[in-house]
Amino acid sequence: MFTIFGIPGPLLFGQLLLGLINGAFYAMLSLGLAVIFGLLNIINFAHGALFMMGAFVAWMLLNYAGIGYWWALLLAPLIVGAFGLVLERTLISRLYKLDHLYGLLLTFGLALVIEGLFRNEYGSSGMPYQIPSALQGATNLGFMFLPNYRGWVVVAALVVCIATWLLIEKTKLGAMLRAATENAPLVQAFGVNVPRMVTLTYAGGVALAALAGVLAAPIYSVNPNMGSSFINTVFAVVVIGGMGSIIGSVITGFGLGVIEGLTKVFYPEASATVVFVVMAIVLLTRPAGLFGKAA
Amino acid sequence: MTSSASTTLALARPNSATFFGYTPVQAVALAVMVALLVLSPGVLYPVFVMKVLCFAMFACAFNLLIGYVGLLSFGHAAFFGMGAYVTAWTAKNWGLSAELAILLGGVTGAGIGVVFGWLAIRRLGIYFAMITLALAQMVYFVCLEAPFTGGEDGIQQVPRAKLFGLISMQSDMAMYWLVAGLFLLFFLLIHRIVHSPFGQVLKAVRENEPRATSLGYRTNDYKLIAFIISSFIAGIAGGTKALVFGIATLTDVHFSMSGEVVLMVLLGGLGTIFGPVAGALVVTAMENYLAQFGAWVTVTQGAIFVVCVLAFRRGIIGEIGARLKLAL
Repeated sequence: MFTIFGIPGPLLFGQLLLGLINGAFYAMLSLGLAVIFGLLNIINFAHGALFMMGAFVAWMLLNYAGIGYWWALLLAPLIVGAFGLVLERTLISRLYKLDHLYGLLLTFGLALVIEGLFRNEYGSSGMPYQIPSALQGATNLGFMFLPNYRGWVVVAALVVCIATWLLIEKTKLGAMLRAATENAPLVQAFGVNVPRMVTLTYAGGVALAALAGVLAAPIYSVNPNMGSSFINTVFAVVVIGGMGSIIGSVITGFGLGVIEGLTKVFYPEASATVVFVVMAIVLLTRPAGLFGKAA
Repeated sequence: MTSSASTTLALARPNSATFFGYTPVQAVALAVMVALLVLSPGVLYPVFVMKVLCFAMFACAFNLLIGYVGLLSFGHAAFFGMGAYVTAWTAKNWGLSAELAILLGGVTGAGIGVVFGWLAIRRLGIYFAMITLALAQMVYFVCLEAPFTGGEDGIQQVPRAKLFGLISMQSDMAMYWLVAGLFLLFFLLIHRIVHSPFGQVLKAVRENEPRATSLGYRTNDYKLIAFIISSFIAGIAGGTKALVFGIATLTDVHFSMSGEVVLMVLLGGLGTIFGPVAGALVVTAMENYLAQFGAWVTVTQGAIFVVCVLAFRRGIIGEIGARLKLAL
């Protein structure tokens, strides 16, 4: 067995992989938050609850309808996205003329309602979700064994993040979206249906969270608290990255996951707090965040 | 956030006669509240009233920030919970008397408040809320792992230390008078602060920060001081609660506690004098009543948030005040 800095190699790479996996979820969640914030100017506190809903919808599809993982990967984001669409139309859209903090309070309340309802129905203990048969087992990479499913999650998250980035930066739709982020009334004057775009953006961000939830279902047990344990760290990630850039939130998400993983190897006691320490340091040196523009 | 609060406050005419900054109606309301404080332990279970008063102190401290400076902190559980831990620990392990243990709880809250405030006031609005939330989460993780908090068990069997080392606090009524006294003290103190020249500057910062800056005020200093005062009182509230119940646990530092205090103030009325007290009473009573129904407490709290934000932004006291055209 070989060692690096006195740490056994498999342990180091194992934790690095775990860090990358967490980072993949941080990246997908903070990406959705950034897209929603850009256009709606609200922080979607319900993001964690909707992530959890994605995992639960996948579980329900399997246990109530016999629909497996691959279809769930498509259907769960659509179902939860449609739910987000209803939320935006019926509740959130009433707040655009008010202080942005009301959006935070409203979505916080929504998160409590959603999580409470699921906890009532399914209890707090988790339910297992099988890894799909095609991705079971592990691959020997020479320096470590890589569980296939975990490799898949990292790759899938990267693909989704890059696809979202391309959609926003390189397509006509994305150009309109960015224009509306800069100056919504002007874009509306050009004949673009901005309210519909806002609704679809919220639904899209929510669908991203749900997709992350489906990917997470086989790794973490499906339980009502899985979102709230993630979301606080994701907020720290968002503060560190700054909300200015899409690619920034992706890099920050993966980066912090890796830092967290490395801390688990070298100083395990601090692994839960390291993200927040990084946040404090970033606030002291670059208050707008690593990729943010000064506000 | 501040628009509804400011319309309520604008109703307080400066030219009307005031007693120490209280309009006649407010003075009457204050007298009613003091009378209720004296009478309620005869009618209600004193421990329940003490719980309400601890949360009312906590909510008043929070209201000082959101109602008068316009800063939404989502991390107040850190001050409340750490105050509870320090009071419990010093009362149990050092045998400190009640007032010293509670004071240390407040000082702890203020100490953490210095760090939080120093970091968080670099950003405004939503970012401020997220930063305080994230920092409080860090405190939670520290409490989960640090040896002195007792982890999942918390600090249990905290003795009700003697007041000034002399007066026994074993009976609920003795404890009740201490809690009621502390509540009244900080209630009046916050009102005094809000109506002092310092408080006027805070309101100016809330209404228009660039303008306050241009008038020569160091607005960040004012915000930081308000933040520290708020965290001090939150620590006192947490410490008092720890002595009342003889226990300090992770619940007090968990971020749902931060959410609860936001709910109390939002429901009672942002930027009103009596709103946080009313909100604390309603939320605590609701929790006691719904405790047997499990997670329905969470669902109800969430639903109240949604209703308050969509249709009831003035809160209970703010709404009553607006109907009667009075500042309460």
